[in-house]
Amino acid sequence: MSGRLDGKVALVTGGTSGIGAGTVRRLAAEGAQVVFTGRNIGAAREVAGSTSATFVPHDVTDAAAWPALMAQIGHDFGRLDIAFANAGSEQGDGSVEDIAIDGWNTVISVNQTGAMLTVQHAIRSMKANPEGAIGSIIVNSSMNAHRAMGNFVAYSVSKAAVVALAKSAALHCGNQGYRIRVNAILPGVVETAMIKNLIDSSADPAAMRAGYEGMSPLKRMGNVEEIAALVAYLGSDEASFISGSEIVIDGATTAGMMGL
Amino acid sequence: MTAQQEIGQRSRRLEGRVALISGGLRGIGLAVAERYLAEGAEVVLSDLDDPESDVASQTLARLGQAASYLKADVTSEADWERARDHVKERHGKLHILVNNAGTDLTGPVETLALEAWRKIMAINVDGVFLGTKVFVPMLAESGMDFRGGSSVINISSIMGLVGYSEVSAYNASKGAVRLFTKGIAVEFASKKMPIRANSIHPGFVLTPLLNAGFQRWVDAGFAEKPSDLVDTMAATTPIGRLADPSEIAGAAYFLASEDSSYMTGSEVVVDGGWTAQ
Repeated sequence: MSGRLDGKVALVTGGTSGIGAGTVRRLAAEGAQVVFTGRNIGAAREVAGSTSATFVPHDVTDAAAWPALMAQIGHDFGRLDIAFANAGSEQGDGSVEDIAIDGWNTVISVNQTGAMLTVQHAIRSMKANPEGAIGSIIVNSSMNAHRAMGNFVAYSVSKAAVVALAKSAALHCGNQGYRIRVNAILPGVVETAMIKNLIDSSADPAAMRAGYEGMSPLKRMGNVEEIAALVAYLGSDEASFISGSEIVIDGATTAGMMGL
Repeated sequence: MTAQQEIGQRSRRLEGRVALISGGLRGIGLAVAERYLAEGAEVVLSDLDDPESDVASQTLARLGQAASYLKADVTSEADWERARDHVKERHGKLHILVNNAGTDLTGPVETLALEAWRKIMAINVDGVFLGTKVFVPMLAESGMDFRGGSSVINISSIMGLVGYSEVSAYNASKGAVRLFTKGIAVEFASKKMPIRANSIHPGFVLTPLLNAGFQRWVDAGFAEKPSDLVDTMAATTPIGRLADPSEIAGAAYFLASEDSSYMTGSEVVVDGGWTAQ
Protein backbone atom coordinates (compact mmCIF):
# COMPACT_ATOMS: atom_id res chain seq x y z
CA MET A 1 0.00 0.00 0.00
CA SER A 2 1.05 3.57 -0.56
CA GLY A 3 1.99 4.61 2.95
CA ARG A 4 -0.45 7.50 2.54
CA LEU A 5 -1.13 7.39 6.29
CA ASP A 6 2.47 6.97 7.47
CA GLY A 7 2.99 8.64 10.84
CA LYS A 8 -0.71 8.99 11.59
CA VAL A 9 -2.43 7.56 14.65
CA ALA A 10 -6.00 6.33 14.27
CA LEU A 11 -8.81 5.26 16.59
CA VAL A 12 -11.57 2.95 15.33
CA THR A 13 -14.51 2.21 17.62
CA GLY A 14 -16.32 -1.08 17.10
CA GLY A 15 -13.21 -2.33 15.35
CA THR A 16 -13.55 -6.01 16.14
CA SER A 17 -15.81 -6.94 13.21
CA GLY A 18 -17.49 -5.76 10.02
CA ILE A 19 -16.75 -2.31 8.63
CA GLY A 20 -14.73 -1.46 11.74
CA ALA A 21 -12.38 -4.43 11.39
CA GLY A 22 -12.03 -3.80 7.66
CA THR A 23 -11.10 -0.21 8.39
CA VAL A 24 -8.54 -1.23 11.01
CA ARG A 25 -6.89 -3.44 8.38
CA ARG A 26 -6.96 -0.75 5.69
CA LEU A 27 -5.63 2.08 7.88
CA ALA A 28 -2.86 -0.15 9.20
CA ALA A 29 -1.98 -1.29 5.67
CA GLU A 30 -1.61 2.37 4.64
CA GLY A 31 0.89 2.98 7.41
CA ALA A 32 -1.22 4.28 10.31
CA GLN A 33 -0.78 3.15 13.88
CA VAL A 34 -4.27 1.98 14.79
CA VAL A 35 -6.00 1.59 18.13
CA PHE A 36 -9.35 -0.14 17.98
CA THR A 37 -11.99 -0.69 20.60
CA GLY A 38 -14.94 -2.99 21.18
CA ARG A 39 -16.44 -5.49 23.54
CA ASN A 40 -15.81 -8.80 21.75
CA ILE A 41 -12.38 -9.88 23.05
CA GLY A 42 -12.25 -13.05 20.97
CA ALA A 43 -12.91 -11.26 17.68
CA ALA A 44 -10.50 -8.51 18.70
CA ARG A 45 -7.70 -11.03 19.16
CA GLU A 46 -8.08 -12.16 15.56
CA VAL A 47 -7.92 -8.61 14.17
CA ALA A 48 -4.98 -7.65 16.40
CA GLY A 49 -3.18 -10.88 15.54
CA SER A 50 -3.33 -10.27 11.79
CA THR A 51 -2.45 -6.54 11.84
CA SER A 52 -0.13 -4.15 13.65
CA ALA A 53 -3.17 -2.65 15.41
CA THR A 54 -3.68 -2.45 19.17
CA PHE A 55 -6.92 -3.48 20.87
CA VAL A 56 -8.31 -1.74 23.94
CA PRO A 57 -11.50 -3.16 25.45
CA HIS A 58 -13.90 -0.24 25.72
CA ASP A 59 -17.61 0.47 25.50
CA VAL A 60 -18.40 3.68 23.57
CA THR A 61 -21.40 4.42 25.75
CA ASP A 62 -19.32 4.45 28.94
CA ALA A 63 -18.66 8.19 29.32
CA ALA A 64 -16.51 7.66 32.40
CA ALA A 65 -14.16 5.30 30.54
CA TRP A 66 -13.33 7.70 27.70
CA PRO A 67 -10.65 9.84 29.42
CA ALA A 68 -8.60 6.76 30.29
CA LEU A 69 -8.77 5.46 26.72
CA MET A 70 -7.62 8.78 25.29
CA ALA A 71 -4.90 9.13 27.94
CA GLN A 72 -3.60 5.71 26.94
CA ILE A 73 -3.50 6.66 23.23
CA GLY A 74 -1.73 9.91 24.14
CA HIS A 75 0.77 8.07 26.29
CA ASP A 76 1.49 5.25 23.85
CA PHE A 77 1.42 7.15 20.54
CA GLY A 78 1.72 10.87 21.41
CA ARG A 79 -1.00 12.06 19.07
CA LEU A 80 -4.33 11.35 17.33
CA ASP A 81 -4.97 12.04 13.64
CA ILE A 82 -7.95 9.96 12.63
CA ALA A 83 -11.03 8.85 14.57
CA PHE A 84 -13.68 6.60 13.05
CA ALA A 85 -16.90 6.64 15.11
CA ASN A 86 -18.13 3.31 13.89
CA ALA A 87 -19.55 1.30 16.80
CA GLY A 88 -23.21 0.61 16.19
CA SER A 89 -26.08 -1.55 17.30
CA GLU A 90 -29.59 -2.52 16.27
CA GLN A 91 -30.20 -4.76 19.24
CA GLY A 92 -33.79 -4.56 20.43
CA ASP A 93 -34.85 -2.26 17.60
CA GLY A 94 -38.31 -2.48 16.09
CA SER A 95 -41.13 -0.42 14.67
CA VAL A 96 -42.21 2.74 16.44
CA GLU A 97 -45.38 0.95 17.53
CA ASP A 98 -43.66 -2.05 19.06
CA ILE A 99 -40.19 -1.03 20.27
CA ALA A 100 -39.56 -1.43 24.00
CA ILE A 101 -37.91 1.46 25.82
CA ASP A 102 -34.89 -0.71 26.62
CA GLY A 103 -34.30 -1.44 22.94
CA TRP A 104 -34.70 2.22 22.06
CA ASN A 105 -32.27 3.26 24.78
CA THR A 106 -29.68 0.68 23.75
CA VAL A 107 -29.63 1.69 20.09
CA ILE A 108 -29.69 5.42 20.81
CA SER A 109 -26.95 5.16 23.42
CA VAL A 110 -24.58 3.18 21.18
CA ASN A 111 -25.28 4.78 17.80
CA GLN A 112 -25.94 8.33 18.87
CA THR A 113 -24.47 9.03 22.30
CA GLY A 114 -21.51 6.74 21.62
CA ALA A 115 -20.77 8.60 18.39
CA MET A 116 -21.06 11.96 20.17
CA LEU A 117 -18.62 10.84 22.87
CA THR A 118 -16.22 9.59 20.19
CA VAL A 119 -16.28 12.92 18.36
CA GLN A 120 -16.03 14.90 21.59
CA HIS A 121 -13.02 13.01 22.91
CA ALA A 122 -11.35 12.85 19.51
CA ILE A 123 -11.51 16.66 19.22
CA ARG A 124 -10.09 17.07 22.72
CA SER A 125 -7.20 14.71 21.90
CA MET A 126 -6.54 16.22 18.46
CA LYS A 127 -6.28 19.67 20.06
CA ALA A 128 -3.26 18.37 21.95
CA ASN A 129 -1.36 17.35 18.80
CA PRO A 130 2.14 18.87 18.76
CA GLU A 131 1.44 21.08 15.71
CA GLY A 132 -1.92 22.25 17.06
CA ALA A 133 -5.53 21.16 16.59
CA ILE A 134 -5.51 18.96 13.47
CA GLY A 135 -7.14 15.72 12.45
CA SER A 136 -9.96 13.97 10.63
CA ILE A 137 -13.06 12.46 12.23
CA ILE A 138 -15.36 10.17 10.29
CA VAL A 139 -18.81 9.21 11.59
CA ASN A 140 -20.40 6.03 10.28
CA SER A 141 -24.01 6.87 9.48
CA SER A 142 -26.08 4.90 6.95
CA MET A 143 -28.14 5.44 3.83
CA ASN A 144 -31.03 4.91 6.25
CA ALA A 145 -30.39 8.45 7.45
CA HIS A 146 -32.19 9.44 4.25
CA ARG A 147 -34.44 6.41 3.72
CA ALA A 148 -35.85 5.34 7.06
CA MET A 149 -36.82 1.72 7.73
CA GLY A 150 -40.27 1.00 9.16
CA ASN A 151 -39.08 -1.90 11.25
CA PHE A 152 -35.94 -0.23 12.64
CA VAL A 153 -37.05 3.07 14.09
CA ALA A 154 -34.19 3.63 16.54
CA TYR A 155 -31.53 2.73 13.97
CA SER A 156 -33.07 5.07 11.39
CA VAL A 157 -33.40 7.94 13.87
CA SER A 158 -29.88 7.53 15.26
CA LYS A 159 -28.27 7.35 11.81
CA ALA A 160 -30.02 10.56 10.77
CA ALA A 161 -28.93 12.17 14.04
CA VAL A 162 -25.24 11.45 13.55
CA VAL A 163 -25.23 13.25 10.19
CA ALA A 164 -26.22 16.38 12.11
CA LEU A 165 -23.60 15.48 14.72
CA ALA A 166 -20.87 15.42 12.05
CA LYS A 167 -22.00 18.74 10.56
CA SER A 168 -22.33 20.45 13.94
CA ALA A 169 -18.88 19.24 14.96
CA ALA A 170 -17.40 20.36 11.63
CA LEU A 171 -18.84 23.85 12.10
CA HIS A 172 -17.67 24.02 15.70
CA CYS A 173 -14.12 23.10 14.67
CA GLY A 174 -14.25 25.72 11.92
CA ASN A 175 -15.54 28.36 14.31
CA GLN A 176 -12.75 27.60 16.74
CA GLY A 177 -10.07 27.68 14.05
CA TYR A 178 -9.21 24.01 14.57
CA ARG A 179 -7.89 22.21 11.52
CA ILE A 180 -10.07 19.25 12.43
CA ARG A 181 -12.38 17.96 9.71
CA VAL A 182 -15.54 16.01 10.50
CA ASN A 183 -17.57 14.09 7.94
CA ALA A 184 -20.22 11.39 7.81
CA ILE A 185 -20.31 8.37 5.54
CA LEU A 186 -23.62 6.78 4.59
CA PRO A 187 -23.12 3.18 3.46
CA GLY A 188 -25.78 1.05 1.84
CA VAL A 189 -26.10 -2.62 2.73
CA VAL A 190 -22.65 -4.04 3.37
CA GLU A 191 -21.89 -7.75 3.46
CA THR A 192 -20.61 -7.94 7.01
CA ALA A 193 -20.54 -11.00 9.24
CA MET A 194 -23.63 -9.58 10.96
CA ILE A 195 -25.58 -9.44 7.68
CA LYS A 196 -24.35 -12.89 6.69
CA ASN A 197 -25.58 -14.27 10.01
CA LEU A 198 -28.94 -12.60 9.51
CA ILE A 199 -29.19 -14.19 6.07
CA ASP A 200 -28.06 -17.64 7.20
CA SER A 201 -30.38 -17.72 10.19
CA SER A 202 -33.47 -16.58 8.29
CA ALA A 203 -36.26 -18.92 7.16
CA ASP A 204 -35.41 -18.41 3.50
CA PRO A 205 -31.73 -17.41 3.20
CA ALA A 206 -31.77 -17.24 -0.61
CA ALA A 207 -34.72 -14.84 -0.64
CA MET A 208 -33.19 -12.74 2.11
CA ARG A 209 -29.88 -12.49 0.28
CA ALA A 210 -31.67 -11.55 -2.93
CA GLY A 211 -33.57 -8.88 -1.01
CA TYR A 212 -30.39 -7.28 0.31
CA GLU A 213 -28.60 -7.56 -3.02
CA GLY A 214 -31.58 -6.16 -4.90
CA MET A 215 -31.67 -2.87 -2.99
CA SER A 216 -28.85 -1.49 -5.14
CA PRO A 217 -29.26 -1.36 -8.92
CA LEU A 218 -25.82 -3.01 -8.99
CA LYS A 219 -27.61 -6.04 -7.53
CA ARG A 220 -24.95 -6.64 -4.95
CA MET A 221 -24.08 -5.56 -1.44
CA GLY A 222 -21.06 -3.46 -0.74
CA ASN A 223 -18.09 -5.15 0.83
CA VAL A 224 -16.21 -4.08 3.90
CA GLU A 225 -13.06 -3.19 1.97
CA GLU A 226 -14.98 -0.73 -0.21
CA ILE A 227 -16.23 1.20 2.81
CA ALA A 228 -12.80 1.10 4.45
CA ALA A 229 -11.29 2.68 1.33
CA LEU A 230 -13.61 5.68 1.70
CA VAL A 231 -12.70 6.06 5.37
CA ALA A 232 -9.01 5.94 4.44
CA TYR A 233 -9.52 8.67 1.83
CA LEU A 234 -11.37 10.94 4.26
CA GLY A 235 -8.74 10.27 6.90
CA SER A 236 -5.89 11.18 4.58
CA ASP A 237 -4.57 14.64 3.73
CA GLU A 238 -6.01 14.18 0.25
CA ALA A 239 -9.41 15.13 1.66
CA SER A 240 -8.03 18.32 3.21
CA PHE A 241 -10.92 20.53 2.00
CA ILE A 242 -13.72 18.09 2.85
CA SER A 243 -15.52 18.86 6.09
CA GLY A 244 -19.18 18.82 7.09
CA SER A 245 -19.91 16.52 4.14
CA GLU A 246 -22.07 13.42 4.08
CA ILE A 247 -20.80 10.90 1.57
CA VAL A 248 -23.17 8.21 0.37
CA ILE A 249 -21.57 4.89 -0.60
CA ASP A 250 -24.42 2.63 -1.60
CA GLY A 251 -24.05 1.53 -5.22
CA ALA A 252 -26.71 4.05 -6.29
CA THR A 253 -29.33 2.60 -3.93
CA THR A 254 -30.56 6.03 -2.88
CA ALA A 255 -29.69 7.81 -6.14
CA GLY A 256 -32.97 6.38 -7.36
CA MET A 257 -35.72 4.48 -5.61
CA MET A 258 -34.45 1.63 -3.47
CA GLY A 259 -35.03 -1.79 -5.01
CA LEU A 260 -36.06 -0.48 -8.43
CA MET B 1 7.42 18.24 -6.63
CA THR B 2 4.01 19.12 -5.23
CA ALA B 3 2.40 17.15 -2.42
CA GLN B 4 -0.08 15.69 -4.92
CA GLN B 5 2.72 14.53 -7.23
CA GLU B 6 4.50 13.03 -4.27
CA ILE B 7 1.41 11.00 -3.41
CA GLY B 8 1.25 9.90 -7.04
CA GLN B 9 4.87 8.81 -7.07
CA ARG B 10 4.13 6.48 -4.19
CA SER B 11 1.03 4.84 -5.61
CA ARG B 12 0.64 5.20 -9.41
CA ARG B 13 -2.70 3.50 -9.04
CA LEU B 14 -4.15 4.64 -12.37
CA GLU B 15 -1.55 2.86 -14.46
CA GLY B 16 -3.06 1.50 -17.68
CA ARG B 17 -6.03 3.84 -17.60
CA VAL B 18 -6.98 6.51 -20.10
CA ALA B 19 -8.81 9.68 -19.04
CA LEU B 20 -10.47 12.52 -20.93
CA ILE B 21 -10.89 15.83 -19.15
CA SER B 22 -12.92 18.63 -20.71
CA GLY B 23 -11.82 22.14 -19.82
CA GLY B 24 -8.43 20.62 -19.10
CA LEU B 25 -6.13 23.59 -19.65
CA ARG B 26 -6.98 25.54 -16.52
CA GLY B 27 -8.11 25.41 -12.91
CA ILE B 28 -9.70 22.22 -11.66
CA GLY B 29 -9.41 20.43 -15.01
CA LEU B 30 -5.68 21.01 -15.19
CA ALA B 31 -5.18 19.92 -11.57
CA VAL B 32 -7.10 16.70 -12.28
CA ALA B 33 -4.95 16.06 -15.34
CA GLU B 34 -1.75 16.57 -13.34
CA ARG B 35 -2.96 14.21 -10.64
CA TYR B 36 -4.02 11.48 -13.07
CA LEU B 37 -0.67 11.72 -14.85
CA ALA B 38 1.15 11.47 -11.52
CA GLU B 39 -0.84 8.28 -10.85
CA GLY B 40 0.34 6.78 -14.13
CA ALA B 41 -2.71 7.40 -16.34
CA GLU B 42 -2.67 8.62 -19.92
CA VAL B 43 -4.67 11.79 -20.31
CA VAL B 44 -6.45 13.61 -23.11
CA LEU B 45 -7.35 17.24 -22.47
CA SER B 46 -9.94 19.19 -24.37
CA ASP B 47 -10.55 22.92 -24.28
CA LEU B 48 -11.40 25.86 -26.54
CA ASP B 49 -7.87 27.11 -27.19
CA ASP B 50 -6.02 26.48 -30.43
CA PRO B 51 -3.41 23.71 -30.14
CA GLU B 52 -0.77 26.22 -31.24
CA SER B 53 -1.72 28.74 -28.59
CA ASP B 54 0.81 29.48 -25.86
CA VAL B 55 -1.36 28.04 -23.11
CA ALA B 56 -1.98 24.77 -24.97
CA SER B 57 1.55 24.21 -26.26
CA GLN B 58 3.26 25.19 -23.01
CA THR B 59 0.90 23.09 -20.88
CA LEU B 60 1.35 20.06 -23.10
CA ALA B 61 5.12 20.44 -23.14
CA ARG B 62 5.09 20.48 -19.36
CA LEU B 63 2.69 17.53 -18.96
CA GLY B 64 4.79 15.29 -21.22
CA GLN B 65 4.21 12.37 -23.55
CA ALA B 66 1.35 10.76 -21.67
CA ALA B 67 -0.87 13.79 -22.33
CA SER B 68 -2.44 15.02 -25.55
CA TYR B 69 -4.64 17.96 -26.40
CA LEU B 70 -7.68 18.41 -28.59
CA LYS B 71 -9.54 21.61 -29.37
CA ALA B 72 -13.21 20.83 -28.82
CA ASP B 73 -16.32 22.80 -27.92
CA VAL B 74 -18.36 20.78 -25.41
CA THR B 75 -21.61 22.16 -26.83
CA SER B 76 -20.93 20.58 -30.21
CA GLU B 77 -21.83 16.95 -30.76
CA ALA B 78 -19.56 16.88 -33.81
CA ASP B 79 -16.63 18.04 -31.66
CA TRP B 80 -17.32 15.29 -29.12
CA GLU B 81 -17.34 12.76 -31.96
CA ARG B 82 -13.96 14.08 -33.06
CA ALA B 83 -12.77 13.71 -29.48
CA ARG B 84 -13.97 10.12 -29.51
CA ASP B 85 -12.07 9.46 -32.77
CA HIS B 86 -8.95 11.05 -31.28
CA VAL B 87 -9.17 8.87 -28.15
CA LYS B 88 -9.92 5.76 -30.19
CA GLU B 89 -7.01 6.33 -32.51
CA ARG B 90 -4.48 7.26 -29.85
CA HIS B 91 -5.52 4.86 -27.06
CA GLY B 92 -8.31 2.56 -28.28
CA LYS B 93 -10.07 2.88 -24.93
CA LEU B 94 -11.36 5.26 -22.25
CA HIS B 95 -11.77 4.49 -18.55
CA ILE B 96 -12.34 7.92 -17.02
CA LEU B 97 -14.42 10.81 -18.35
CA VAL B 98 -14.24 14.04 -16.38
CA ASN B 99 -16.94 16.46 -17.55
CA ASN B 100 -15.32 19.54 -16.12
CA ALA B 101 -15.75 22.33 -18.69
CA GLY B 102 -18.03 25.00 -17.36
CA THR B 103 -18.86 28.66 -17.34
CA ASP B 104 -20.68 31.03 -15.03
CA LEU B 105 -23.36 33.68 -15.31
CA THR B 106 -24.45 36.08 -12.62
CA GLY B 107 -27.01 38.84 -12.35
CA PRO B 108 -30.60 39.55 -11.32
CA VAL B 109 -32.87 37.05 -13.04
CA GLU B 110 -34.93 39.76 -14.74
CA THR B 111 -31.81 41.10 -16.45
CA LEU B 112 -30.48 37.81 -17.81
CA ALA B 113 -30.61 37.57 -21.59
CA LEU B 114 -32.16 34.42 -22.97
CA GLU B 115 -29.06 33.93 -25.10
CA ALA B 116 -26.84 34.08 -22.02
CA TRP B 117 -29.12 31.55 -20.26
CA ARG B 118 -28.98 29.24 -23.27
CA LYS B 119 -25.21 29.59 -23.46
CA ILE B 120 -24.60 28.54 -19.86
CA MET B 121 -27.06 25.66 -20.22
CA ALA B 122 -25.31 24.60 -23.43
CA ILE B 123 -21.87 24.55 -21.83
CA ASN B 124 -22.69 23.28 -18.34
CA VAL B 125 -25.55 20.88 -19.14
CA ASP B 126 -25.47 19.98 -22.85
CA GLY B 127 -21.71 19.54 -22.54
CA VAL B 128 -22.07 16.95 -19.79
CA PHE B 129 -24.87 15.17 -21.64
CA LEU B 130 -23.01 15.06 -24.97
CA GLY B 131 -19.73 13.91 -23.49
CA THR B 132 -21.50 11.11 -21.66
CA LYS B 133 -23.63 10.15 -24.66
CA VAL B 134 -20.74 9.96 -27.10
CA PHE B 135 -18.35 8.09 -24.81
CA VAL B 136 -20.68 5.59 -23.12
CA PRO B 137 -20.01 2.75 -25.60
CA MET B 138 -16.24 3.11 -25.21
CA LEU B 139 -16.49 3.48 -21.42
CA ALA B 140 -18.65 0.35 -21.24
CA GLU B 141 -16.15 -1.63 -23.28
CA SER B 142 -13.13 -0.40 -21.33
CA GLY B 143 -14.95 -0.89 -18.02
CA MET B 144 -14.12 -4.58 -18.06
CA ASP B 145 -10.39 -3.80 -17.79
CA PHE B 146 -10.41 -2.95 -14.06
CA ARG B 147 -12.35 -3.79 -10.92
CA GLY B 148 -14.70 -0.92 -10.26
CA GLY B 149 -15.21 -0.31 -13.98
CA SER B 150 -15.11 2.95 -15.84
CA SER B 151 -15.89 6.20 -14.11
CA VAL B 152 -17.81 9.28 -15.22
CA ILE B 153 -17.01 12.23 -12.97
CA ASN B 154 -19.18 15.29 -13.44
CA ILE B 155 -18.06 18.54 -11.90
CA SER B 156 -21.13 20.19 -10.42
CA SER B 157 -20.84 22.77 -7.63
CA ILE B 158 -22.11 23.72 -4.22
CA MET B 159 -24.30 25.97 -6.38
CA GLY B 160 -25.93 22.76 -7.60
CA LEU B 161 -27.00 22.07 -4.00
CA VAL B 162 -28.16 25.43 -2.64
CA GLY B 163 -29.55 28.58 -4.20
CA TYR B 164 -27.66 31.88 -4.16
CA SER B 165 -28.80 35.38 -5.01
CA GLU B 166 -28.12 36.42 -8.61
CA VAL B 167 -26.70 33.00 -9.43
CA SER B 168 -29.97 31.40 -10.57
CA ALA B 169 -28.80 30.33 -14.03
CA TYR B 170 -25.61 28.76 -12.69
CA ASN B 171 -27.69 27.15 -9.88
CA ALA B 172 -30.03 25.62 -12.46
CA SER B 173 -27.21 24.32 -14.65
CA LYS B 174 -25.27 22.73 -11.79
CA GLY B 175 -28.44 21.28 -10.25
CA ALA B 176 -29.11 19.63 -13.60
CA VAL B 177 -25.63 18.08 -13.56
CA ARG B 178 -26.28 16.68 -10.09
CA LEU B 179 -29.45 14.84 -11.06
CA PHE B 180 -28.29 13.87 -14.56
CA THR B 181 -25.47 12.06 -12.78
CA LYS B 182 -27.85 10.12 -10.55
CA GLY B 183 -30.00 9.20 -13.54
CA ILE B 184 -27.13 7.72 -15.52
CA ALA B 185 -25.72 6.03 -12.40
CA VAL B 186 -28.96 4.12 -11.84
CA GLU B 187 -29.27 3.42 -15.57
CA PHE B 188 -25.76 2.00 -16.00
CA ALA B 189 -26.00 -0.06 -12.81
CA SER B 190 -29.38 -1.54 -13.60
CA LYS B 191 -28.19 -2.47 -17.10
CA LYS B 192 -25.02 -4.10 -15.73
CA MET B 193 -22.88 -1.65 -17.66
CA PRO B 194 -19.48 -1.36 -15.91
CA ILE B 195 -19.60 2.41 -15.61
CA ARG B 196 -19.96 4.35 -12.37
CA ALA B 197 -21.10 7.98 -12.33
CA ASN B 198 -20.66 10.49 -9.51
CA SER B 199 -20.67 14.24 -9.10
CA ILE B 200 -18.17 16.46 -7.31
CA HIS B 201 -19.42 19.67 -5.73
CA PRO B 202 -16.52 22.03 -5.16
CA GLY B 203 -16.93 25.06 -2.95
CA PHE B 204 -14.85 28.18 -3.59
CA VAL B 205 -11.68 27.16 -5.38
CA LEU B 206 -8.84 29.43 -6.46
CA THR B 207 -9.28 29.09 -10.21
CA PRO B 208 -9.14 31.45 -13.21
CA LEU B 209 -12.96 31.24 -13.45
CA LEU B 210 -13.34 32.42 -9.86
CA ASN B 211 -10.81 35.21 -10.40
CA ALA B 212 -12.64 36.37 -13.52
CA GLY B 213 -15.92 36.40 -11.61
CA PHE B 214 -14.36 38.37 -8.76
CA GLN B 215 -12.88 40.86 -11.24
CA ARG B 216 -16.38 41.44 -12.66
CA TRP B 217 -17.67 42.13 -9.15
CA VAL B 218 -14.82 44.59 -8.60
CA ASP B 219 -15.63 46.27 -11.94
CA ALA B 220 -19.26 46.50 -10.85
CA GLY B 221 -18.20 48.27 -7.67
CA PHE B 222 -19.01 45.49 -5.15
CA ALA B 223 -15.42 45.42 -3.85
CA GLU B 224 -12.22 47.35 -4.11
CA LYS B 225 -10.00 44.50 -5.22
CA PRO B 226 -10.37 40.76 -5.93
CA SER B 227 -8.33 39.77 -2.87
CA ASP B 228 -10.98 41.41 -0.65
CA LEU B 229 -13.53 39.01 -2.15
CA VAL B 230 -11.18 36.08 -1.56
CA ASP B 231 -10.95 37.14 2.09
CA THR B 232 -14.74 37.42 2.33
CA MET B 233 -15.23 33.95 0.85
CA ALA B 234 -12.59 32.51 3.18
CA ALA B 235 -14.33 34.08 6.16
CA THR B 236 -17.67 32.49 5.21
CA THR B 237 -16.09 29.05 4.77
CA PRO B 238 -15.86 27.04 8.02
CA ILE B 239 -12.38 25.74 7.16
CA GLY B 240 -11.39 29.42 6.85
CA ARG B 241 -9.83 29.41 3.41
CA LEU B 242 -10.49 28.68 -0.25
CA ALA B 243 -9.58 25.38 -1.84
CA ASP B 244 -6.57 24.72 -3.98
CA PRO B 245 -7.50 22.97 -7.27
CA SER B 246 -5.37 19.98 -6.19
CA GLU B 247 -7.86 19.31 -3.38
CA ILE B 248 -10.64 18.84 -5.92
CA ALA B 249 -8.28 16.66 -7.92
CA GLY B 250 -7.91 14.43 -4.85
CA ALA B 251 -11.64 13.69 -4.97
CA ALA B 252 -11.50 13.17 -8.74
CA TYR B 253 -8.68 10.69 -8.22
CA PHE B 254 -10.61 8.80 -5.53
CA LEU B 255 -13.68 8.52 -7.78
CA ALA B 256 -11.54 7.34 -10.70
CA SER B 257 -9.76 4.65 -8.71
CA GLU B 258 -10.79 1.16 -7.63
CA ASP B 259 -11.11 2.50 -4.10
CA SER B 260 -14.54 3.90 -4.96
CA SER B 261 -15.84 0.70 -6.56
CA TYR B 262 -19.15 0.77 -4.61
CA MET B 263 -19.72 4.48 -5.17
CA THR B 264 -22.07 5.41 -7.94
CA GLY B 265 -24.84 8.01 -7.96
CA SER B 266 -23.07 9.78 -5.09
CA GLU B 267 -22.18 13.40 -4.48
CA VAL B 268 -18.79 14.31 -3.10
CA VAL B 269 -19.01 17.79 -1.61
CA VAL B 270 -15.56 19.39 -1.32
CA ASP B 271 -16.43 22.77 0.15
CA GLY B 272 -14.65 23.19 3.47
CA GLY B 273 -17.99 22.95 5.29
CA TRP B 274 -19.72 25.76 3.36
CA THR B 275 -23.02 23.93 2.76
CA ALA B 276 -23.02 22.30 6.22
CA GLN B 277 -23.75 25.72 7.74
